[in-house]
Amino acid sequence: MVYDALIGPFTEFEFMRRALAAVIALSLAGAPIGVFLMLRRMSLVGDAMAHAILPGAAVGFLLSGLNLFAMTAGGLIAGFAVAILAGVVARSTGLKEDASLATFYLASLALGVTIVSIKGTNIDLLHVLFGNILAMDDQTLLVVAFNATVTLLVLAVIYRPLVIESVDPLFLRTVSRAGGPAHLAFLALVVINLVNGFQALGTLLAVGLMILPAGIARFWSRDLTAMICIAVIAAAVAGYAGLVLSFQTRVPSGPAIILVATVLYIISVLFGRVGGIVRQLFPGRHLEA
Amino acid sequence: MAALHFHNVTLGYDRHPAVHHLSGEVAPGALVAVIGPNGAGKSTLLRGIVGILKPLDGSIHLGGLDARDIAYLPQSAEIDRSFPISVFDFVGTGLWRGTGLFGGIGKAAREKILRAIASVGLNGFENRPIGTLSGGQMQRVLFARVLLQDASLIVLDEPFNAIDGKTTADLLALVKLWHGEGRTVLAALHDMEMVRNHFSETLVLARGPVAWGPTAEVLTPENLMVAMRMCEAFDDSAAACGEDGRSQAA
Repeated sequence: MVYDALIGPFTEFEFMRRALAAVIALSLAGAPIGVFLMLRRMSLVGDAMAHAILPGAAVGFLLSGLNLFAMTAGGLIAGFAVAILAGVVARSTGLKEDASLATFYLASLALGVTIVSIKGTNIDLLHVLFGNILAMDDQTLLVVAFNATVTLLVLAVIYRPLVIESVDPLFLRTVSRAGGPAHLAFLALVVINLVNGFQALGTLLAVGLMILPAGIARFWSRDLTAMICIAVIAAAVAGYAGLVLSFQTRVPSGPAIILVATVLYIISVLFGRVGGIVRQLFPGRHLEA
Repeated sequence: MAALHFHNVTLGYDRHPAVHHLSGEVAPGALVAVIGPNGAGKSTLLRGIVGILKPLDGSIHLGGLDARDIAYLPQSAEIDRSFPISVFDFVGTGLWRGTGLFGGIGKAAREKILRAIASVGLNGFENRPIGTLSGGQMQRVLFARVLLQDASLIVLDEPFNAIDGKTTADLLALVKLWHGEGRTVLAALHDMEMVRNHFSETLVLARGPVAWGPTAEVLTPENLMVAMRMCEAFDDSAAACGEDGRSQAA
């Protein structure tokens, strides 16, 4: 019975196995990126970038239908273009980067939805906005796995300067020039992982599997390495449980995954070891030293 | 060869000078106090020395030093204390010159980091996140990192601000140790008593050099009065500055 509910779907259906593999790949790469986004106070930047990807993906859709290669390429181009443009506008006009990003992403969202609706149906639009991890074919799965691998490799290369730049940017500037390139590489990783998540969760929820696990991890550890591990596990658990939930109840898979992650987040807010609400309300008797 | 050579340096922001026409030399191994009222340009000068701020005019020569040979302790470091990093890892970043991007932290390096933490009196704090430290403890951590940087030029911006007497004494002992090891040390300071007792050379700054030389000769009531009377505000309608330092009709 329990076996049928929790493991059965994956032994029985190939699309469920593919979806599970995809969600694990997404967790491995996206969750660490999410932790850095959160620690660098860039959570909403990630959200804005996710929207910015839409018109690129939409153009890909316009040119070749629901072809995930075309949509991925379009999304990558649009994501990088918006990231760079927003940076340039912010630097050359004194407008804060978040404000200029907000402008770009609103424009991108409007443009993207318009482009999709020119050619596609409402179903297509839903697919673009919320993804469909259950429709993944082998090629798409390979792309997702490839992007995840690249992410982990690049992250390993820029890890040290990225950490130091997050804690003490002035210090890094005085000892090394690696800070700027590391920041750019990190932004590139954000875009790559958003495009990756876009396949599974759609533009609107792609950032969810990055930010929510990071938020969860913050309530359980004060150590960066542990936080990254917890975030990856939380993302994978949410992905798996979301797929099962989606399979059993026919809820769309993307929202199901994010909803499970949200439940984990709420539990962490309430019962987390580091700053959880219950812990704050009932801290126990103070210690001797 | 001088450790530092200022050639008619003007440093500032938006063309407005904060340090005006400074010339002079710092000998290798010198222990120099930079004093002056708030807004005198002390921090600006130090930022210029470490290369974060480019001079508006003139030049600063580092006597063959690389940027990596300088350890800089800013006044209010832009440190994100909420970032989950331990004292050990944070102090360890001081080894950047040796480890760079990928170099591992081996047994010898670990020993070094532990010794640095011990020598600022923070034994047992290795695994504490930096967010849980007090202001004085954080300052000790920053000194430990400077210690590891093993720099020949050490630049400290008001390192003893808002620090209690015990911590100040401990950290001052480190400064004197660095001096004894032949490193060049520049420190922006406010405590005249400390400058008089521990620093051999003093630069009195007030948007420009007021006096520079042996502390006993420079730290006079007259010089301090001149520094105190310095005008702090930028003049928005100031004319462009001529070579000789006087105003020129624009």
